[in-house]
Amino acid sequence: MNIKVENLVKKYGPQRAVDDISFEVKSGEILGFLGPNGAGKTTTMKIITCYMAPSNGDVKLGNYSIRHDAERIKKSIGYLPEHNPLYLDMPVIEYLRFSAAIQSYPKSKTPERIREMVRLCGLDKEKHKKIGELSKGYRQRVGLAQAMIHDPEVLILDEPTTGLDPNQIVEIRELIRELGKEKTVILSTHILPEVEATCDRIIIINEGKIVANGAPRELRKQLSGREISRIRIEDGSQNDVFAKLRELPSVELVDWEDATKVFVVESKKEETSRRAIFNLCVQNGWALTEMTPIERDLEDVFRNVTLG
Amino acid sequence: MRTILTIAKREFTTFFDSLTAYILIILFLGLTGFFTWLYGSDVFFTGQASIQPFFAIAYWTMFFFIPALTMKMIAEEKENGTIELLLTKAVTDWQVILGKFLACLALVGVALLCSLPYYFTVSWLGDVDHGAVWCGYLGILLLSAAYIGIGIFASSLTNNQIVAFLISLFIGVFFLIIFSVLANSMSGVVSQVFDYLSISTHYESITRGVIDTKDIVYFLSITGLCLLLAETVLAKRNVAE
Repeated sequence: MNIKVENLVKKYGPQRAVDDISFEVKSGEILGFLGPNGAGKTTTMKIITCYMAPSNGDVKLGNYSIRHDAERIKKSIGYLPEHNPLYLDMPVIEYLRFSAAIQSYPKSKTPERIREMVRLCGLDKEKHKKIGELSKGYRQRVGLAQAMIHDPEVLILDEPTTGLDPNQIVEIRELIRELGKEKTVILSTHILPEVEATCDRIIIINEGKIVANGAPRELRKQLSGREISRIRIEDGSQNDVFAKLRELPSVELVDWEDATKVFVVESKKEETSRRAIFNLCVQNGWALTEMTPIERDLEDVFRNVTLG
Repeated sequence: MRTILTIAKREFTTFFDSLTAYILIILFLGLTGFFTWLYGSDVFFTGQASIQPFFAIAYWTMFFFIPALTMKMIAEEKENGTIELLLTKAVTDWQVILGKFLACLALVGVALLCSLPYYFTVSWLGDVDHGAVWCGYLGILLLSAAYIGIGIFASSLTNNQIVAFLISLFIGVFFLIIFSVLANSMSGVVSQVFDYLSISTHYESITRGVIDTKDIVYFLSITGLCLLLAETVLAKRNVAE
């Protein structure tokens, strides 16, 4: 089921929590929703899941609109809200049974489905405990299990891996990737390695607006843009080298790491300066002992686009 | 309808899982039993085979008993965030409210069932006006429905259970005491209006054994109005500012 978000606006008083957002997610795609705290990720998810009505705009799942077919849409969405609220006084199995019943999952298939979810989410040891007695990681698994219990076509997960230990995080990511093959998944996070590991596409939003949209690799290329290299030149006086490097036509910026002979050179947009640097060293008889390209990672992209 | 029952069933089981149900039923039976059999104008004092004292006391115990039951209904879910979980399932706000209402009413029903032995023993002691007794039970049920409506509305207003409890007592006091005091201290049409608004007017006539549609409409309209208000408060999150 495709999700289509059209010009979504949500105002809280004078503040625009979500400001004219449009995007599309296709079936079988995992979309990572990224942004600093308070950027509007959770609000957007609450609107898609029909918990809140938008001030303006629309969301469509397949042919259904949240404005007219909320019932139908809610049935095909599995939602894990932020902070993972659960009925703490209910036993795990009982709770899963309730979740299935309330989503009108066929009663005859429910026990089988519960067993499957318990296995899939690794809840077997804890299934007879009350949810309140479980650790945070296990509660998170219960949250995921209740979201998937009715086999929804769309999964919306608000920070699914918070509170999990590193092993569990890997397991949950694998689970999400597995699910993402046939379902539409939107997950929000502010953990960057997570989106790189799980998502097919990333949307970064800041102050209610989309500031970047694309595949992780694409984004990194698109937003880092300039080539940066770290070079070490052994001979020559530092000032001399510095001055000559700056004179190269393809070089935009030269920085020098103090008291060493290491320089950081940033090229002009869409140009490479490595060959020129090499030639410069040859001409002057300097020994070039190090040249390392510096790759910007997603964290830089994130900082770049969200800090303006 | 199935969804409403699913929600009601969950709430109802929670009452029994968390001891709330047992404590409230024991308190209810203890209090009403004490005044029906042992103290004040009890059966042996009046020398009449009648359980009118039971209804008079139930009138007051329900006043405290029900807000304690309803205070958590929505306030707790708001506080824990589970309301978001619930409302993003394939349910409407109405189904949630009605489910919770039914669960509370069912618990009151269980408490009333447990009080039936009072009726049987009294009727074994002497000649009871059976009609009046069944009317009395109907009266309590209607009264409880109205209190539950008020309680659920109060619970929808806040995240804090204690505040919800106090708000529903506060609203209850108006229907229970203040309107009838006002009716007595005023005259003419105003007095009649307050008299009509006062719960005691309607409750007394039902427990005496007179079933008047006017009284039934009164209780049902309080219930309906309060549930409608609660639904409006819940749906307020949708209002675009």
